[in-house]
Amino acid sequence: MKDWRYWLAEQRGTLLAFGIFIVMFVIYTSNHPAGFTANVVQTASNKGVLLAFIAMAQTLVVITAGIDLSIGMIFTLTNCLASWLVIGTGIETAFGVVAVLGTGLLCGAINGAIVIYGRLQPIVATIATGAVYFGIALLLRPFPGGSVNEDLADALTGRLFGVVPASLVVLLAVVLLVWVPFSRSVLGRAAYAAGSSEMAAYMSGVPIRRGKFAAYALAGLLAAIGGLFLTFFTYTGDAAYASGNAYTLFSIAAVVLGGVSLFGGKGSAIGAIFGALAFRTIGDLLFVFDFDPLWQPLFQGVILLIAVSLGAFALFRVRNRLEWFL
Amino acid sequence: MDGAVPLFRMEGISKRYGGVRALEKAELSVTPGSIHAILGENGAGKSTLIKVMAGVVAPDEGRMMLDGSEVTFASPAAANQAGIVCIFQELSLVPELSVADNIVIADPPQRFGMIDRKAQRRIAEEALARAGAADIHPLALVKDLPLSRRQMVEIAKALARKPRILILDEATSALTAADVAKIFGVLKRLRSEGLALLYISHRMNEIAELADQCTVFRNGGNVASYAAGSKTDNEVVELMIGREYSHIFPPKPVRAQADAAPVLEARKLSWTDRLDNVSLTVGAGEVVGLGGLDGQGQRELLLAFFGVLRGLSGQILIDGKPVAIASPTAARDDRIGMALIPEDRKTEGLMLPMTVRENLSFAALDRLSRAGVIDRAAEQRLIDDMVGLLAIKTAGLDIPVAALSGGNQQKVVIAKWLMRQPRIILLNDPTRGIDVGTKQELYQLMRKLADQGAAILFYSTDYDELIGCCDRVLVLYDGAVKRELVGAEITERALIASALNIHGDDTSLKQGADA
Repeated sequence: MKDWRYWLAEQRGTLLAFGIFIVMFVIYTSNHPAGFTANVVQTASNKGVLLAFIAMAQTLVVITAGIDLSIGMIFTLTNCLASWLVIGTGIETAFGVVAVLGTGLLCGAINGAIVIYGRLQPIVATIATGAVYFGIALLLRPFPGGSVNEDLADALTGRLFGVVPASLVVLLAVVLLVWVPFSRSVLGRAAYAAGSSEMAAYMSGVPIRRGKFAAYALAGLLAAIGGLFLTFFTYTGDAAYASGNAYTLFSIAAVVLGGVSLFGGKGSAIGAIFGALAFRTIGDLLFVFDFDPLWQPLFQGVILLIAVSLGAFALFRVRNRLEWFL
Repeated sequence: MDGAVPLFRMEGISKRYGGVRALEKAELSVTPGSIHAILGENGAGKSTLIKVMAGVVAPDEGRMMLDGSEVTFASPAAANQAGIVCIFQELSLVPELSVADNIVIADPPQRFGMIDRKAQRRIAEEALARAGAADIHPLALVKDLPLSRRQMVEIAKALARKPRILILDEATSALTAADVAKIFGVLKRLRSEGLALLYISHRMNEIAELADQCTVFRNGGNVASYAAGSKTDNEVVELMIGREYSHIFPPKPVRAQADAAPVLEARKLSWTDRLDNVSLTVGAGEVVGLGGLDGQGQRELLLAFFGVLRGLSGQILIDGKPVAIASPTAARDDRIGMALIPEDRKTEGLMLPMTVRENLSFAALDRLSRAGVIDRAAEQRLIDDMVGLLAIKTAGLDIPVAALSGGNQQKVVIAKWLMRQPRIILLNDPTRGIDVGTKQELYQLMRKLADQGAAILFYSTDYDELIGCCDRVLVLYDGAVKRELVGAEITERALIASALNIHGDDTSLKQGADA
């Protein structure tokens, strides 16, 4: 086989997610009353990048064959923290941003330490830490409120050169600065190896623990970037339980849509980003068709089910039934 | 030996697992530039010894000396660092990563903190070429490769680490004859380059060809060391099993009526490009072997009978009547009464974390239960019978089956199916990686079952087994039956010749590139 065919096989999930997103987005913009304008793209991307950051975060953990159910709560906690700290002069704002990102990193590191060194199941461990993070968020913001450096907020949620949504540019920068180095580093490879076969990885002398720890910690960092952006959009902090949980569940949906295997070892954050964007677009489709918003969860669920089933079509072609279980 | 300085020495190594002692004051010296074979039954302590050397298991007592100074290894990585690399019997490849990723996995080449993919590709290609496996594409995912190719990747991976001591634990058990020949060439070259090689194999002919020195292990200790070739095979086997060694294979009965109605019959079975018009019959009381190089469709043929393959063309007949077998559940149904002893006991045969008892009764639960409730007394009776019949050595029925030795695990797989009293038994290379004693027991069992009227279809990669066990052997090549050998025609020469398809009516040898 030629090299490109191996590449194609590896990127299948990502390309499928990209395809779904493009189809959905074309349907969306072509039926939008305003059409394909910079404004429509800006609004869509601002909504999409929030979930995209959370989905990227979830991807890192899922690759290690784990799952992070606290991810939405880290997102909520950092949102509340940002509504206190990311304010004031340039220096103060910069310090606030660093503190918020550092908090996310710490939350992720705590998850990683508990799962890896405490040997707890990721599901149990992150449900517990998620509750703790939400508790802290609630203490920080018993009621919605606070404020944010609006100059920074407007710059990062606006448009560059009048056309390109700034939030997309930030997303791209995060991909290049966090995901690409991670996925190509020894730690990233260790995370993949641990997710695919932890025993084989251990026997091969792979730094499994460091790889997994890095994945959990960076997931916290990415969730914090998401929390920061939420603050930029809303100008406030809000310890909203339902919203935090919804982001956790949606991140898992986006990850699956993006071709990342929940069994670990396979998939990429790029796929998850397109999964997230596609998922968001599906949610917004109803509005352009003027349906009652009550229909949104049902509609979103059905589309998600169909999209996920696409990935299972390959099973019909299986001629050796043992391959079902691989 | 003759004054050569040992590169590595183990002294008084002991290791206990609970009440079981795996190693008891074991000693071993390794000299550079030689191939040292380690022999012994499963459970003799070879695997534990290797694990101690490779840093997987910490010994309870004893010491290890490398270059004359004492060392301890906290992890496999530490042992690798010291130049000790082990190719484990249980593959240590990561399935979702590519071949190249796996080859450099312990220490990938880096540029600016990121993995240098070009350098990685180059290292992988070099290592594959050194292992004589240049046909494997470095970008292929390991999970897409057949077992024999994976084993070659494993060897390439070990070579890429530039070891001083290379340990091969049953490394050739999944390989085709052509690969084994290549690997032997590689190992001999490594020896001349001054490496120390430890070679563990159950195949005496391999040891005879390769080894300079042999050490026999029994009951956790080394019982004898000798220069290769100074003892006969019989003497060696006696040292290993510690008892008188007579015939490995039970005598074959003289078959009175060779034309008895077949129990299992295939007519022109074809499936994708792996099976090509296979027709065969297996009669009651007959042991029919499947020979040929590994991967010529033998496995697929067994799976076809067992209802695993979809889109099969041709006919399967049971007792002369055509049947459609849609799943393993249908295959094991009493009307057909088929059992398949799978190739990979760890994934297809056993549920490793579950107990011996649960594993034994899985296949027969429907027979042991009334209205969905398991009859515990009946279950216990049947299990006791099986444990007795197969002499399964286990500390108890309620320990995880993973705690058993490989040979005993395989007995559990077989016992599980015998609990259904199958009439047709398909065996897919059942003796891979198990010890001589257990092998011998299995040969005897197989003949006993045949004498009781079972029809047995037996695939083996070991020609000796086919010669010793089978009434007839069908040799497959490229998915088709190329030759049938009956009775005295089953010789090593005939098997090898027809496996390579260089002998026989069909002279149109397949040539050219692989698909």
